Amino acid sequence: MTTDTLPARYAPTEVVSHAEHEEKLMFGFWLYILSDCILFSGLFATYAVIGHNTAGGPSGYDLFDLRYALVETMLLLFSSISYGIAMIAMKGDKRSQTLFWLVVTALLGLGFILMEFHEFHDMILAGNGPQRSGFLSAFFTLVGTHGAHVSFGLLWMVVMMFQVVRKGLTAPVQSRLLRLSLFWHFLDIVWIGVFSVVYLMGVAT
Amino acid sequence: MLGNLSLSSIPYHNPIIMGAVGFSILVGLIIVGTITYYGKWGYLYKEWFCSVDHKRIGVMYIVLAMIMLLRGFADAIMMRAQQAIAVGSNPGYLPPEHFDQIFSAHGTIMIFFVAMPFMIGLLNIAVPLQIGARDVAFPFLNSVSFWTAAISAILIMISLGIGEFSQAGWTGYPPLSELPNDPGTGVDYWIWAIQISGIGSLMTGINFMVTILKLRAPGMTLMKMPVFTWTALCASALIVLSFPMLTVTLALLTMDRYLGMHFFTAGHGGNLMMYTNLFWTWGHPEVYLLMVPAFGVFSEVVPTFSGKRLYGYTSMVWATIAIALLSFVVWLHHFFTMGASANVNAFFGITTMIIAVPTGIKLFNWIFTMFRGRVQFHSAMYWTLGFIIAFTVGGMTGVLLSIPGADYQLHNTELLVAHFHNMLIPGAVFGYFAGYTYWFPKAFGFKLNERWGKRAFWGWMIGFLLAFMPLYALGLMGMPRRMDHYANPAWHPYLVVAFIGAVFILGGVIAQIIQLVVSIRERNENRDLTGDPWNGRTLEWATSSPPPYFNFARLPAVHQLDEFCHMKSAGTAYQPADKFFDIHMPKNTPAGFFIGMLCFAFGFAMIWHIWWLALASVFGVITTVIIRGSEDEPEYVVPASELESSQARRLKQVATVEPTASSCNDDGDDSEGAYTAA
Amino acid sequence: MSTEHAEHGHGGHEVSLRPYITGFVLAVVLTLIPFLMVMNNSASTTTLVVVIFSTAIVQILVHLRYFLHLRFTHEQRWDVFTFVFTAAIVLILVFGSIWIMFSLNHLLM
Repeated sequence: MTTDTLPARYAPTEVVSHAEHEEKLMFGFWLYILSDCILFSGLFATYAVIGHNTAGGPSGYDLFDLRYALVETMLLLFSSISYGIAMIAMKGDKRSQTLFWLVVTALLGLGFILMEFHEFHDMILAGNGPQRSGFLSAFFTLVGTHGAHVSFGLLWMVVMMFQVVRKGLTAPVQSRLLRLSLFWHFLDIVWIGVFSVVYLMGVAT
Repeated sequence: MLGNLSLSSIPYHNPIIMGAVGFSILVGLIIVGTITYYGKWGYLYKEWFCSVDHKRIGVMYIVLAMIMLLRGFADAIMMRAQQAIAVGSNPGYLPPEHFDQIFSAHGTIMIFFVAMPFMIGLLNIAVPLQIGARDVAFPFLNSVSFWTAAISAILIMISLGIGEFSQAGWTGYPPLSELPNDPGTGVDYWIWAIQISGIGSLMTGINFMVTILKLRAPGMTLMKMPVFTWTALCASALIVLSFPMLTVTLALLTMDRYLGMHFFTAGHGGNLMMYTNLFWTWGHPEVYLLMVPAFGVFSEVVPTFSGKRLYGYTSMVWATIAIALLSFVVWLHHFFTMGASANVNAFFGITTMIIAVPTGIKLFNWIFTMFRGRVQFHSAMYWTLGFIIAFTVGGMTGVLLSIPGADYQLHNTELLVAHFHNMLIPGAVFGYFAGYTYWFPKAFGFKLNERWGKRAFWGWMIGFLLAFMPLYALGLMGMPRRMDHYANPAWHPYLVVAFIGAVFILGGVIAQIIQLVVSIRERNENRDLTGDPWNGRTLEWATSSPPPYFNFARLPAVHQLDEFCHMKSAGTAYQPADKFFDIHMPKNTPAGFFIGMLCFAFGFAMIWHIWWLALASVFGVITTVIIRGSEDEPEYVVPASELESSQARRLKQVATVEPTASSCNDDGDDSEGAYTAA
Repeated sequence: MSTEHAEHGHGGHEVSLRPYITGFVLAVVLTLIPFLMVMNNSASTTTLVVVIFSTAIVQILVHLRYFLHLRFTHEQRWDVFTFVFTAAIVLILVFGSIWIMFSLNHLLM
């Protein structure tokens, strides 16, 4: 190869900008979220396949209370927007406002989890636990996996509240809050699938 | 307190198992003794167990894979020995329940604890260097991934002496794997070992996708990436998109076994066919993601040892992507005989046949790369040529099996066993061995012994042909797989030949051990002082062997494909940099090791129903993750002066030897100059 | 400095409440439509199924757009590309499984 000017041998700079660093973390977390989509798709497929196998036990039509599910849905939706407000406060560098809206979000999430727990509890007490039929196994596992994710999100949120209090809205704390935001909104999207496929379809058909 | 665990869980009465346990403990004691004798525990812990350096993690992965290869191979030769004698009135030396555990362990170990760690190890060693990066995107996560794999392998090894292993095959199909049919701990060992290692693999997949997509050296656009990096990217994407399905499938089986649910049970609305369906939605992408990086290795080895650039780079990349995509639409061909309608079977049969097209393209590309090249018959090339020949045969039988009508005849016969070994031994294992030979000097700074490397190849190649070609015939003769005993004397001679094949492979394995010992003893004669022992073409050869922990004193700039080859032609390869920067490197941490140990405690506790320990270890993992996740500065600064002196040392060392071959053939071959980058 | 870098990736470029409000209102409407229709049993089963799935898909898109701030911009191209790819795989897995399993159930049960 004969060239008059040799091509540059080395990278012009090696300073990794903060934005690049953040982008890397965000993208990694995004890929985790996508892998979680696949995980839920496996659970949804299982529910679709064995959700009709009631084995003589109750069906979704007998068990589901749509008003209850609507309240749960609203709790999650409100928690989504309250987390959004927390993010806006965070970007405005308002620490106590951020903390306040995080607490609101966590309480809404906790309300959701308690409602779900109550629903499960009543069903199991009535003899309709996950051991009753293939349908109920699939129901408890699908809805329960979503609930476990929400509970994990709540734990993460509590940890982040401590970090906001102790460290303030430092760059790493903000970065973690953004990833938690992604996680929280993602769980809301999964819930759209859950209430449509499980509750609404269960009652409609 | 100890759940179901008691002294009666240890199979004292079985002399074969006790012999194996005794041998494993002896080997373990020798290793522990040697490390203690040389006083290396502190070094090992600090510099390796806590390391987040991708090169060291890669080495540990490959060590793990090789140790487990010995175990998996011991299982294989035991099965071959049993089948070579257990005909007619001779029951053989293995009772059926033990034989069943052996074939289940063999499959599980070979896929999850040999192939996966070997592949991930090669990715770890080569990918960051090939793309001109200082480490993977998430070095700590990498350490966690390794430890989850290592402790899962330990769980499987422990099943040998405490309790038992699964008898349900490596696929764990219900109803065999359901509680009423296998109430022991066998299936639980299988579940937890592959569940934990699977989650680690998922993290590896995410890690390498981010590494390849976000950390490439400036100028390296996607179509200037080395083919191995491309295959690593596709394999990582396959991991991210398929491993969650394994997680789900195992979790549902766990629910059945531990909580009495009815996903795959026979009664109460369970559907055991759903297990097979879910398992293979993961299983098929899995076997492809094992082979695709091996194709990448061949795509590096062939051009390097042919002194030419790769023929048809673009088609190679697209063929890899096509294979990755198609792997998601063929899973039903593993269960044609389950009885889906003709339309369903036809659809999946056709998609399966289509896969032969991109794979065929790749084979032609490798052959055309060698064509009119100066091929050096290095042992890495031996593995490659052996692969090209054997893999073509295996691919043909794959097309044969993809025809649902034929599959009804051949399903679950020895022909299937021959087919998938014929794909995975040349298509994955030979590729890993080629990669091991090729990158060994990069990782350790000296070359492997060639003579023993070639002997190892002949042992494996001849052994492979002897062991598996007879199985094709046996399959056509109607012999089912997984038989601990058979009555048909016509099968016997073929199985004796297969056993002889296994003995040849044993010779190959022994030759590899000798190769390692000889190479270490003669390391001073085989030092790689330039960092470029093979006149390589890609960036991993642009740094010293072994590379400094930060890989490159100055990150390279990339202008075209095979950048290092062009650097050598332009004379800039060993040009000193005039300016250095302070860089950030990740700190070593014991957190990954701790998480691994806690996962081990968790897995063991779940298998033996020791609930308090399971809860405590989950709590420990969460606490460790929170503490680690709250750390704000997991990195430290390496001053520019250190990088500068590192480069000075390297250039001084290079100057002491004549660079191997400064002429790197960087012209395109006449047929395709079209994609030469500007 | 800290606000600047935080705007990259999924944190979104909006520092205003408006998109969240828009998204929230749309989400509430798209939730109420199917819930009320099913609760009042106000249409045939087929119509209800169509409504349930179409509102669910639209609502998922609303969430992606207004809460996750996924855009077809150059810097988000990998996020969008990987998302579309995953969505395709999800569809293949779910509908493939349903197709296979219903065929099996039909023939074997």
